[in-house]
Amino acid sequence: MDPIVTARGLTKYYNGLKAVDSIDFQIEQGECFGFLGPNGAGKTTVMKIIYCFMPPTSGDVRVFGMPVTEKPSEIKARIGVMPQDVNLDPDLTVLENLIVYARYFDIPKKKSLPIAWELLDFAELREKASSKIENLSGGMKHRLLLARSLVNNPGLLILDEPTTGLDPHSRHAVWEKLENLKAKGTTLLLTTHYMEEAEKLCDRAAIMDSGKIVTIDSPQHLMRAHGGNLEEVYLKLTGRHLES
Amino acid sequence: MKVKRAFRVWQRHFKVYTKLYKSSFALNFVEPVLYLAALGLGLGAYIKEINGLPYVNFIAPGIIASSSMFAACYECTYGTFVRMTFQKTFDAILATPVTIDDLIAGELMWGATKSVVYGTIIIIVISLFGLVASPLVLAVIPILFVSGLLLSEISLIFVSKVPGIDSFNYFYTLFMTPMFLFSGIFFPIDTLPPLVGKIAFFTPLYHLVNICRAFALGKFSAVTGDIVWLFAVSALLAVYPFRLMRRRIIK
Repeated sequence: MDPIVTARGLTKYYNGLKAVDSIDFQIEQGECFGFLGPNGAGKTTVMKIIYCFMPPTSGDVRVFGMPVTEKPSEIKARIGVMPQDVNLDPDLTVLENLIVYARYFDIPKKKSLPIAWELLDFAELREKASSKIENLSGGMKHRLLLARSLVNNPGLLILDEPTTGLDPHSRHAVWEKLENLKAKGTTLLLTTHYMEEAEKLCDRAAIMDSGKIVTIDSPQHLMRAHGGNLEEVYLKLTGRHLES
Repeated sequence: MKVKRAFRVWQRHFKVYTKLYKSSFALNFVEPVLYLAALGLGLGAYIKEINGLPYVNFIAPGIIASSSMFAACYECTYGTFVRMTFQKTFDAILATPVTIDDLIAGELMWGATKSVVYGTIIIIVISLFGLVASPLVLAVIPILFVSGLLLSEISLIFVSKVPGIDSFNYFYTLFMTPMFLFSGIFFPIDTLPPLVGKIAFFTPLYHLVNICRAFALGKFSAVTGDIVWLFAVSALLAVYPFRLMRRRIIK
């Protein structure tokens, strides 16, 4: 089967700095692929290039076989994005957030309404359907962001630090949802600086440091080869601590 | 850019607008009435006539123009800036098939729409007060879309350059307020030094005021130049909000 994402020589200059330095990787259908590294390693930049928010400075990036620079709308139609920042629409209710978001994908209300209720059940937010966003807890906002990223039934789900800033209980709730999606065969791409998250969810992980990929392997292999947990693996490979 | 996707952005703004203004829509009628009462009747008691018109009849069509200007400019400066920065609404929208060009087109269309809505409210108010001589005033409505588009373009160009929300004070104080005062709404500007008229020629509000006043009096031919000016300048500037906002948002 063709890979979902391929990147060759991906480089991005950002404010005069080399944020991503000629990296190569491939993401296969149905896997959960993680980018690991501290803040500033270039993970979010890679995500933004994959979901066509910004173009690469050089290199070839294809999603579903289409170049990101040429077919952004076509690619984005098949992607779900759960961003790092909470960017829910504060002028709309919980349910309206899903309906209006679905409309950007050209899904009319007649079709999006049943989808939205299903997703609210998935995110355990049915009772909050008519609440304002400002009245949701942090965990609820993250679950709604996850629900929103699924309105278009994406073939690739991109999660940028999906549990950063969440309490342990909410974090486990998000992980559980992601494991459900994985079991259904959704291709997941996530960034994280929590080792536990990578160990739990990722089939393969790319260790990133200063814009470069140090290594790509399964968390289990990495731990077997370098000993200890991923935390120590990161320290051994880069000479740096992960939690900065 | 695809019109359908730009329309999705427009629909989002329309939904938010109808939600927020359902309860306070009547307020939109209060402000023009205050202007007409204070200036038209208050000041009008001293100024009997301008160009053969009772003072309140003279200023009434100008309020159409100013009200529509404020609507487009506030929407596409403050409104756009809040959506772009604090609310991160743009980031959310740009993760969908909507592109940056669709998004900017949606903002412009929405700014123009608000111009039409607010200008039309004034047309209704001044017509009810019997301050309009001709039904030709209704022909102002499509013109309001064009002038609203132009003012939205100028606003977005400004948004693309400002470092923070406080910078809008410059826009309001140095651009909108002078236009409001010196575009011939309250007095004919040919009474001022000729330089003022020359500057006014380069501002959209001056031409829109001319059009509103002429149409309210049932005169069309006198303002064809003003109409051409609005169409031409809005077409000339159209490319810049796209180019500059793209540069601002996409790093």
